[in-house]
Amino acid sequence: MASYSIPQLRSHLYYVLMAVAASIVLAAMFSVHSMEEHGHIITGMNNQVVWGMPHVFAIFLIVAASGVLNVSSIGSVFNKPAYKVRAPLAGLLSIAMLAGGLTVLMLDLGRPDRIIVAATNFNPTSVFAWNIVLYSGMFAAVAVYLWTLMEQRMNSWSKPAGFAVFIWRFVLTTGTGVIFSFLVARQAYGSAILPPMFIVISFAWGLAVFHVVQAAIYEWNGKLLDEYVQKRMRNLMGVFVIASLYFVATYHLTNIYFARQTEFERFILVEGGIYPQLFWIGYVLLGNVLPLLLIYLPALDRFKRIPVASLLIIIGGFCLLYVFIIGGQAFPLDIFPGYSVSSSFADGEIGTYHPSLPEILLGLGGVGVAFLISAIGIRVLDFVPHEIPKK
Amino acid sequence: MKRLVFLLLCLCVPAAWAAESSLPKIDIGKGGECVKDVQWMRKNHMHLLVHQRDETVLKGVREVKYSLKNCIECHASIKDDSVIAREDSFCVACHKYEAVKLDCFECHSGVRKSAWLKRNAK
Amino acid sequence: MSDINLQRRNFLKTAAGAAMVTVAPGMLLFDVAHGNPQSVGKVRWGMLIDTAACVPGCNDCVTACNKENGLSGATTATDPQWIRKIEIKDISSGREVSLPMMCQHCEHPPCVDVCPTGASFKRADGIVLVDKHRCIGCRYCMMACPYKARSFVHEPLQDQNPDVPRGKGTVESCTLCVHRIDQGGQPACAEACANKVILFGDLNDPESAIAKKVKSVVSTQIRADLRLNPGVRYQGL
Repeated sequence: MASYSIPQLRSHLYYVLMAVAASIVLAAMFSVHSMEEHGHIITGMNNQVVWGMPHVFAIFLIVAASGVLNVSSIGSVFNKPAYKVRAPLAGLLSIAMLAGGLTVLMLDLGRPDRIIVAATNFNPTSVFAWNIVLYSGMFAAVAVYLWTLMEQRMNSWSKPAGFAVFIWRFVLTTGTGVIFSFLVARQAYGSAILPPMFIVISFAWGLAVFHVVQAAIYEWNGKLLDEYVQKRMRNLMGVFVIASLYFVATYHLTNIYFARQTEFERFILVEGGIYPQLFWIGYVLLGNVLPLLLIYLPALDRFKRIPVASLLIIIGGFCLLYVFIIGGQAFPLDIFPGYSVSSSFADGEIGTYHPSLPEILLGLGGVGVAFLISAIGIRVLDFVPHEIPKK
Repeated sequence: MKRLVFLLLCLCVPAAWAAESSLPKIDIGKGGECVKDVQWMRKNHMHLLVHQRDETVLKGVREVKYSLKNCIECHASIKDDSVIAREDSFCVACHKYEAVKLDCFECHSGVRKSAWLKRNAK
Repeated sequence: MSDINLQRRNFLKTAAGAAMVTVAPGMLLFDVAHGNPQSVGKVRWGMLIDTAACVPGCNDCVTACNKENGLSGATTATDPQWIRKIEIKDISSGREVSLPMMCQHCEHPPCVDVCPTGASFKRADGIVLVDKHRCIGCRYCMMACPYKARSFVHEPLQDQNPDVPRGKGTVESCTLCVHRIDQGGQPACAEACANKVILFGDLNDPESAIAKKVKSVVSTQIRADLRLNPGVRYQGL
């Protein structure tokens, strides 16, 4: 068991946090019940913007779930001891976030009572169908990997298990990226850069989530994170942030170059109201520039840098997904290139979308599920990293 | 051990209570038998429906005798032309008794087509 | 066993395996007889729309479709619209055209490719449909469609047309009035248009009116660059 003493106050606080998370999940379940009874009309989604806030939350959770396993991979596959001790925690977070993301996705379906149909009718050309296999397989792969890490007799198998997980999550994140890549007709999507972009972004978001959780656990238990490890992990996160910014920049620059895409880019980057605001201020400034300053400028307070930078990266991630998923749908399809278009079905019009309370609650419910699984896991099993004693 | 026996005996009470309740009263509408006999239908109508719906939707084979519309044409109540409107309607009575959820009528009309046409004159 | 024989054996095994893997996905496509079991040869239903004859402001086809299929006719952001009139204006020349737009019933439908359960499917006679029994309401097909043909049912429905089952939480679109066609009829929109804008028929039957007209007049498919080969063609664009 993890070796820490629990002051009375912390014990109460733990249960309070669990209660808060549980009530958020309950509120989410109530939202789902309302959606099932009244239909999606109670949400902000419509025939133009068909995927909304729940998908923003779900895709963040799923991408971060894949990326957080980087910590494990660097430990098991690339054999770095500082990361090896963090591998079980990363595995737990991965399972927790994957569960949270899938909860949101499955409950947002128009007919969530038909999940058994999804499991038994498999269209091999559909990425969604493949993702059902990939996501459930991921649970199994990470569970086996955790077993090899935490069961002493299985430790020798942790390298092959870690390698399997490493490959699986690359395929899984590619599967998440091609959901959008395969949509040939939408100007925001239909690009082969999206899978690699999602993979690199998953590295950044996953590590950011790991940092936040690790900082919380260490603060809670009065542990100190070794400065050398801090610096290594912090710099790695910086590299990932720069790399993902590179991919996003390349995606937009290429789009701007094509004459048929410039109007879309002008919408997203300049004229689209909420979308340019979220992109430039939310993603670029808060999600990239500020964290990079925090990571690389030594002048700022040493310990709190990492959690703040990580939180900013997470916020930036949500902003990027909002712009990507919802902004990408709000821009109308170019059905008649060279013509201006109008109809009763919002052809040629920018789609309107206002996030509704049921959707936001559902998304937060996914985060709540992830929190509950992580918190219970950390409390019950030996997930807190055992630091390597200094030589 | 005694507690277990006591618990099991307690469970007999609701079971006995349930057993006393009578079988469902079904409004069979016009009634009759055109597909198969009653016992066969009671056991197998769900398999027939599933097979037939794939034939019709996926392959476009529309045999009138096996179509849902045709079932409803005869079995809808004479009073309100529906198979689902009341507690004793043809589909609801047994399904409620057996506690099996009816999913068909979220999309399908439970109303006799001839009556529906009269109400919504084309 | 000599080396050559062993090599040949392995080659044959690999080739058979590769062939099976290549053929298997094709066998999953529905290639079954069109409704009438006695039909010989393959039918492909399609429409030819004469945009020159289409009157701006006229909504007869839309009204007919709504009445036939039990749609409310309302046009808020969440209301289903299976067919709509679109007014387009050429940005450089200023020329204006009015036309009806519905599911284009593509030969290579993106909506069919992306549907996880196979609910979105193409019948052997070319009509692209949603099997509501399988639809889980994920809306991926709505994201994939280049023509914005699909609508999602956002509210519970009552008193549906017994010929056209529709329900909350599933996706739907123009069915080419499959319930009419299977009885030998015409889609409601084609029948209702006073100006005979919509010509419906079997594109594969060289004797049909539509096949003859498509052979003689200039017509295009919308977003032909996507190579989906829709069954709906437009004249005058």
